[in-house]
Amino acid sequence: MRIEYFQLIDRIVDLDLDARTIRVDAQVPDESTIFEGHFPGHPLMPGVLLIEAMAQTSGWLVIAATKFERMPFLAAVKAAKLRSFVIPGQLLSITAKLLHDGSGYAVTKAAVTVAGKATCDAELTLRVMPFPDPRLRQNMEEVAARIGFPSKALAHG
Amino acid sequence: MMSSTFDTVANIIAETCDIPRDTIKPESHAIDDLGIDSLDFLDIAFAIDKAFGIKLPLEQWTQEVNDGKATTEQYFVLKNLCARIDGLVAAKGA
Repeated sequence: MRIEYFQLIDRIVDLDLDARTIRVDAQVPDESTIFEGHFPGHPLMPGVLLIEAMAQTSGWLVIAATKFERMPFLAAVKAAKLRSFVIPGQLLSITAKLLHDGSGYAVTKAAVTVAGKATCDAELTLRVMPFPDPRLRQNMEEVAARIGFPSKALAHG
Repeated sequence: MMSSTFDTVANIIAETCDIPRDTIKPESHAIDDLGIDSLDFLDIAFAIDKAFGIKLPLEQWTQEVNDGKATTEQYFVLKNLCARIDGLVAAKGA
């Protein structure tokens, strides 16, 4: 997790476009300036970053479903539940399921578990649009290569 | 068909956007009269897509409006929206 860069996903573990599901790993770092302020003596992964991690997980699923032709942006967060604290050094397993693939938007249900324990979940709405800038697409392709996005499998799928 | 489509859509709008049901008319413009913004319209589109088993072509409509090939009235006055929903449902069954 490159937490200061908001690049929260480390590895795509499973991507199933038939089932419209994805599972990723995200390692919370042991140290970050974020934990110095949030909170002194009681460092916690901020809840908004857990929601962001679920949004990014959902986003990779949408990018896969649209064969890297569309970029998703977080638009709405519903029924978000932060069920337990996440502390530095924990490994997040994040899943998302595409509930609806609309025209220009997508709806997902995402969840985070830590060591098998339900930690947070939400229903997310993403706006889905053509990449607004070629540099963004290039950057996303670089991140995709780093986290094991199955580009070749999708190209042949 | 049309009246039940309108009732379904009006109920969705009332519930999604907290707009009194009796102020929602077939002649109402979703944006100009009811004040629904694009984010709330995504919720409405999701509910409509689910309720009718269709996919409202929002990207295409937006493009046509932006290109000056269509007016927002053609898509967002509710009786027109409902006619398009009926068309999509009919096309699905064809």
